[in-house]
This record gives sequence, structure tokens and C-alpha cells, in this order.
Amino acid sequence: MDFVNAIILLLNYIFVPALAYGSQLALGAIFVTLIYGILRFANFATGDMMSFGTMFVILFTFYFQSVGISFGVLPTALLAIPFGIIFMVGYMLIVDKLVFKYYRINKSPPVQLAMVSIGVMFVTQAVVRIIIGPSDRRFFDGEKFLIKAGEFKEMTGLNEGLAIKSTQVITIIVTLILVSTLFWFLNKTKTGKSMRAYSDNEDLALLSGIDPKKIVMITWVIAGILATIGGALYGLDKSFKPFTYFNNMLPIFAAAIVGGIGNPFGAFLGGYVIAFSEILLTYAYRKFFMYVLPESMEPDGLIQLLSTDYKFAVSFSILVIVLLYRPSGIFKGKVL
Amino acid sequence: MRKNLNVIAAYSIMMGLIILVGIFQSWNIALSIFNLCLISAVMTMGANIQWGYAGLINFGIMGFTALGGLAAVLISVDPVQEAWSVGGFNILFSLFLIIAMVLAVRYILKNYKKSKNRTYIVAAIIILGIIIIRFISEPGIEAIEGVNPAKTGFLGGLGLPIIFSWVVGAFFAGGLAFVIGKVALGLRADYLAIATLLISEIVIAIIKHEDWLTRGVKNVIGLKRPAPYEVNLQQTEWFISLVEKFNSSKLNLITDLTERQATLNQLVIEGSSVFVKLCYSGLFLVVVIILLILTQKALYSPWGRMMRAIRDNEEAANAMGKNVVKQHLLIFVLGSAIVGIAGAMLVTQDGLFTPGSYRPLRYTFLIWVMVIIGGSGNNFGAILGGFVVWFLWIEAAPIGLYLVNLTTAGLDDTHFLKVHLIESVPYFRFLMMGVGLLVIMRYRPKGILPEKIEIK
Repeated sequence: MDFVNAIILLLNYIFVPALAYGSQLALGAIFVTLIYGILRFANFATGDMMSFGTMFVILFTFYFQSVGISFGVLPTALLAIPFGIIFMVGYMLIVDKLVFKYYRINKSPPVQLAMVSIGVMFVTQAVVRIIIGPSDRRFFDGEKFLIKAGEFKEMTGLNEGLAIKSTQVITIIVTLILVSTLFWFLNKTKTGKSMRAYSDNEDLALLSGIDPKKIVMITWVIAGILATIGGALYGLDKSFKPFTYFNNMLPIFAAAIVGGIGNPFGAFLGGYVIAFSEILLTYAYRKFFMYVLPESMEPDGLIQLLSTDYKFAVSFSILVIVLLYRPSGIFKGKVL
Repeated sequence: MRKNLNVIAAYSIMMGLIILVGIFQSWNIALSIFNLCLISAVMTMGANIQWGYAGLINFGIMGFTALGGLAAVLISVDPVQEAWSVGGFNILFSLFLIIAMVLAVRYILKNYKKSKNRTYIVAAIIILGIIIIRFISEPGIEAIEGVNPAKTGFLGGLGLPIIFSWVVGAFFAGGLAFVIGKVALGLRADYLAIATLLISEIVIAIIKHEDWLTRGVKNVIGLKRPAPYEVNLQQTEWFISLVEKFNSSKLNLITDLTERQATLNQLVIEGSSVFVKLCYSGLFLVVVIILLILTQKALYSPWGRMMRAIRDNEEAANAMGKNVVKQHLLIFVLGSAIVGIAGAMLVTQDGLFTPGSYRPLRYTFLIWVMVIIGGSGNNFGAILGGFVVWFLWIEAAPIGLYLVNLTTAGLDDTHFLKVHLIESVPYFRFLMMGVGLLVIMRYRPKGILPEKIEIK
């Protein structure tokens, strides 16, 4: 019985949260990796673009709530996401036309484009803060828990409860649907294949008659969808604050590079690698060992490898190690 | 003279703007802007050495700034004897163990061929070392943090004058840069950017959470000053007479004696804070000028020519027998050390160390905006960038407010749009920086004062 309790404990505090957090990171990481693979620059505006999309989702959610539209037990935000995506994609295409296109046509070095993306970052940040303000916002409604800890205890008669938030389940399901659709698109459709070809070898792709304008546009559309959904899911699960979104850019970058930048599947897995290692290394295992070990060997400390303050530092250290020993990432992205 | 005309013009306009702030807002504001402009100028010089001379992207400026600030704390704060006696031994022993661990790893890496076994042994040493160090340091850290936590709760520093920290800060930052450079300089440009950005976040995380060293988010306040204190100045004889002399015409107009005394007191209070700021300006100006002379000399020396050659064509420079890796490391260390000086100066001026305030937007990206707008590769350009961008960063709110009032003049004062816009005036600075950066990068990619290479 103790063993089952220990398993439930790990599920509750490590596995489920890490899976949800990892999905949110994975969406962001695929966004970064697509931009890097096809448009060929590191987009420092990632976090702020995600907050821009989320902002529209929130505005539409508030509007729907005010006119009384709801989605039953599911959060209203899910209804608002498509509208958010429309605005987000529009914004991205405008930014591309006004800013990035010039440098792409001039074949500027990637560093210059990265600098330009910092300019976009500042502007986006300003726009988000001017429209919705810098404060913390929660926009979740509907049923909060799928399984409550107390109910679970009653049902199974165990000591440990398992609480699963509905946002966590929604996050994981939506991510799986979205990512499998994306991989189907990239691997099976003609447009997807031409995107991969363009990412692989631009000149060869142009020679074989692939239209670069179309590729770039589709990339931004996909990126917009990923950014908005990723941001909205993160906001639903935790809360929306522009500053947090800006900071999330860092683990997202770590995930993309760990997975091998330019490789969407690597980025997807990279998100989970980062999320799991962050949570595994900073969790206090005391209770777990109390269940598993006999009473005489019970630990006195917290059995915590690193304090939770170093959550971010963990993912960055992993990144540094990967960069040192395998600069192309775990799943072989572009060789650097 | 003629070819420097644009430099002189740009700087005179900048000084004119600061003087205008002095006249219209107050001399206090103008001087605090000026001081921070000088500090920003030191930072941009550091970044410019790396980016403009050698083409290395360093997005870890925040980390080096914070290390400089840490140096200021460790140098100037008086040592906490009690904390040393309860936990000093554990900390020193852990430090010794860390050094031993690093040396052991180095020894193994140097003397044994690359193999799987070697990797495992190195990993085992590191993991075992970390566990032992934690075991030893934990009771010490707890004891130190338990010593009067509301006031100290940390080891304190050396109790030396804070000016020394400017040099020590440079060494701290340079040391970190050496480690980072050894690890990351082989990476391609945008990867170096991401890697340094993330490493600087790790540095901040450590500074924020190792309370025994830095007091963490509890902040260190009341650092010693190299300049006199306002309160003391206000009671000093010569200072009061100096203020009297400066404002004699104004004071002579007042005939009533008590009223005259009150006005004088007011003037002395204002004057004292201006005087303190002037002291800082003098100190900072000395640093900026020394650094400017050194960097200019370096830029036009054979070494500077070599750096430009490496920047413009690494392979060709390598083929000419220049050691690219070594020079990159050298310039990375030098640039970061300069940023470290700026970090120490910043904490010196503020008189407090707040690890929570180090954020990449302010200390990394803003500095980069300064370098790009000012003109990378040109020291005068970089300094000007520091001035212009910091000036706008501070004055963006008043300008934004003015613009909002102008555009919404037709609206009622309680109109929701107007109220909302006025509330969000502080964020116009982000907009201004972003648009400024984009416009400069598009239409004047070399910055306001572009790099000029003299071919003789």
C-alpha cells in the first residue's frame, strides 16, 4: 500500500505538473524552432509574441463572459482562442512585412535579424502593456478540477490524494492534437514538405520552384497558432502576466536548443526534458522515501537536490551542458 | 577638426538637452540623468569592445553588472564577526573543496585520453563533490543566516572604501567571462547570445538566493559612500557660505531676516544633494575618460587592427597566423571587466544592492539598444548611445504624457480611453526604444555615429 502511495505522490507532484508545463514549453519551443529553421534567426520576441496572442484571447474571453456566452464545464477561453489566433497571425504578418522582410530580402546575417527581433520585442511589450496593463490576470472559468484530492482519497482509500486540474488535462490534450496535426502537415502534405525542403536547403528549394513568399507566410501562420495556443494554455493553467511571459522565453529557448534547433520533433521532446528535469531536481523527496523505506531508515532532511529557487537555473545548466557536448542538440538539429 | 564636426555637434546637442532638463525640471533630475548616462556609457563601452571590435555577441551584460555590484558589497560592508565565527570555517572549507574539485577535474581532463571511463569518473567526482560540499556548507549557511537575520544574516565584506570595488568588480566580471568564454565562445553568433543570456540568468539566480553571501532579496542597504553625506554637508560652514555666495543676488532681494534664513536653508538642502551628485559625476567622468583614452588607443593600435581583421574575416585572419580563439577570449574578458566596473559604479551611486532589480530587459537589452543606436565600433558613438537612450528612457514618460494629452485633447478628461492611456504612459518608453532601434537598424544600420576606419 505504501508503495502505491509513493507512486501517487510522484504522479501528483511531479508527473502531472511536469507534463502540463512541458506541453506549454513544447509549443513555444516548436514556435522558436520553426522560425529558426525557416526564417533563420533566433527570435528574441518569442515570449512577448506569446503574451500578445494571449492578450487577445483574454479580451475575447472577457467579452464572451460579459455577453453570457460560456462553454459549459470547459473554460470560455477555448472559444476565444480562434479569435486570438486571427489577431495574432495578422500582427505577425504585419510585423514581418514592415520589419523582417527587408532583412530577409537583403540576406542579412542572422545576428542582425536577432537584433531586429529585440526591437520587435520592445514594441510588442509596450503594446501589450498599453492595451491590457502589466498586472496579473486570471481568465479561467468552468470546472476547476477533474479529480479532487479528497475525492480520490475517498474513492481509493489511499493516504495520498491525486488532484488533476482540468487545465492540465486540456493542456496535454490540446498539445497532443496540435502537435500531431503539425507533424502530419509537415510530413505528409505538399506544402509541409516544401517547408522542410526550404529549411533544409534554400537555394535548392528555390530551384525546384518553391515559392518563398508562400513558405514564409505559412510559417508565420503556424507560428501564430502555436504562440497563441501555447500562451493561452499557460495563462489558463497559471495566470497571465506580461513579465512572466517574457521570462518564459528563456526555458523555451533552452527546450528548443536541447532538442536540436530547427528540428520540430526535437523541440517537442525538449520541452518535456526541460520541464521534467526542472521539477525532478527541485522536488523534495522526503515524503516519497518515508513511504518507500522502512521506518528505521526514514530521512531527516528534505532530500532535495536543489532548492526550488534554482528552478530556472536547472534548465539553463542543462542547456549549457548540451551546448558543450552536443551543440546540435539531443535530436540532431542543424549543425552549428 | 572638420571631420569630427558631427561628433562635437552630437555631444553638444546631448549636453544641451540635459541642461534644458536642469533648467525646466530641476538640476537634481538633470544630474541624476547625467550620472546614469555616464554609467550606461561605461557599460556600452564594454559591450562595444566585444561587439564593435570583435563581433562577439554578449547578452550576459546583466550578469556582469550584478557581479560588479556584488563586488561593491563584498568590499565595502564591514565584516560580520559573529557570522564568521559561527559559519566561516564551513564556508572556507567548502570553498577549498570546490577549488580541489575543479583542479582534480582539470588534472584528469589533461592527463588522460578521452574515453567513456574518463567521462564517468569526471561526472562521479562532480556529483560526489557537490554532495559533500552541500553536506559541509549547509550547517554553516544556516548558522550564518541565523545571525541577526533582520540586519545582517550574511558574512559581510572587507570594510574597505567602496572605490576599491570598481577594480575588484572588473576582476570578478573578468573571471566569470573567462569561464564563460572557455565554455561558450566556440558557438556560432546567435547561440553565443542565447548561451550568455541564460548563463547571466544563472548568475542572478545564485546572487538572489545565496543569502549567506549577498543577503539575497533582503537587499544590502546603506553602503558607504565615496562622496559626503547630504546631512553632514548641510551643517558645514564652508558649504553654507558657498551656497550663499552662489545665490547672493536672489537672497539680497529678501529683506526680512527670518524669511531670508528660511530660503537659505531651503537652498542649502537642495544644493547639498546637487553637490553630492556632482561629486559622483566627477568620479564617473574620470572613469569614462580613462576608459575612453584606453579604448581609443587600443582601437587604433595594431591590436585593434587585428581585432577588426578577425571580426571581418575570421578565416583570413587565422590564415595570417592570428590566434582567433585566444583573441576572442581576451576581448570577451576585457569587455566584461569594463561592464563589471559599471556594475560596481552603479551600486556605489545607489548606495544599495538589490539583486531582485537585475532584469535582462534593463541591463542587457537596453544596453544593446544603446550600442546599436549609438554606433557600434565607434567609442564616441557607443557613449553617445548610452546618453541618448538613457535620456529618452527617463524622459519618455513626460514626453509620452505630453503626446497623449495632445492627441486626446478633444476628449473629455474622464473618457475611458484618455484615462487608460494616461495610466499606461510609463510603457511608452518600451515603445520608444523599440521603434528607435528598428528605425536605426533599417535606415542607419551603423548607428548615429558610424564607425570610421582611417586608412593611412
